[in-house]
Amino acid sequence: MALSLTYDFEQKQDVLLVRLTGELDHHEAEQLKNDWQSYLQNGMTKHVVVNLENLYFMDSSGLGVFLGRYKEVKEIGGEMVICSINYDVQRLFELSGLFKIIDAVENEAAALARLGVAL
Amino acid sequence: MSNFMKVEFAAKSENESFARTTVAAFIAQLDPTVEELTEIKTVVSEAVTNAIIHGYEENEKGTVLIECELKDDNISLTIRDFGNGIEDVDEAIQPMYTSKPELERSGMGFTIMENFMDHFEIESIPNHGTTVTLRKKFLNNQSAYN
Ligand SMILES: Nc1ncnc2c1ncn2[C@@H]1O[C@H](COP(=O)(O)OP(=O)(O)OP(=O)(O)O)[C@@H](O)[C@H]1O
Ligand SMILES: [Mg+2]
Repeated sequence: MALSLTYDFEQKQDVLLVRLTGELDHHEAEQLKNDWQSYLQNGMTKHVVVNLENLYFMDSSGLGVFLGRYKEVKEIGGEMVICSINYDVQRLFELSGLFKIIDAVENEAAALARLGVAL
Repeated sequence: MSNFMKVEFAAKSENESFARTTVAAFIAQLDPTVEELTEIKTVVSEAVTNAIIHGYEENEKGTVLIECELKDDNISLTIRDFGNGIEDVDEAIQPMYTSKPELERSGMGFTIMENFMDHFEIESIPNHGTTVTLRKKFLNNQSAYN
């Protein structure tokens, strides 16, 4: 069966870069959460950048995953920045008030620059 | 124009994408905009996920029933489960209210349904189940020739 969500993690200094592709719903949320958490606990990560460019669909399950990781990043004293958000996902972020706590920037380069990673 | 469909499936999380894709395929005949399609897929996903997580607490023996009716430019959707039901509906529809914070739910499902649709109604009987009815009028599907 085709995976409806794929993702990859890349470490850039103390920033964990997460790129999501596909559809994020309740069915996909648990695995993403577990994989993401193991990176947050690798001892190298302080900040997180989430690239949403290729996230074509999301529902409240995604909001829960982002909010959960946001809290964990805060606990290790870091920041979470999202980038390349599309219109549909942006609407959900707006509705839920997530933009009040998570900054959104244009693209990966801007997000990494925000967190002090030299490119 | 009027049309109708009904689909029933097991309360398994892998059926969440099946449910929203099926409804999207059915309403394609109304020629919805990309935004309208996304709204419908999102609300179906919310209601079906609620049935699975809250109605049946992930017991996959439960079943979820979706009915969709089209009349001219109007869509009417009902999503029904035969599970736990909701004790206090007024509390449940409050933004950010969730009975399952430990599962990383954020209490936004009903708020999203209310926002993306024109009409939203919940009928729930504790220990019998929950029916969510959603309605919307599509605005941008006027074909030039009708
Ligand atoms: N089908 C259902 N059966 C039983 N209880 C339900 C059902 N749908 C919703 N509820 C109750 O209503 C509450 C609010 O639902 P809502 O979808 O708004 O939030 P959530 O599912 O808890 O979180 P989120 O949707 O953001 O993941 C739920 O926490 C649950 O207690
Ligand atoms: Mg919900």
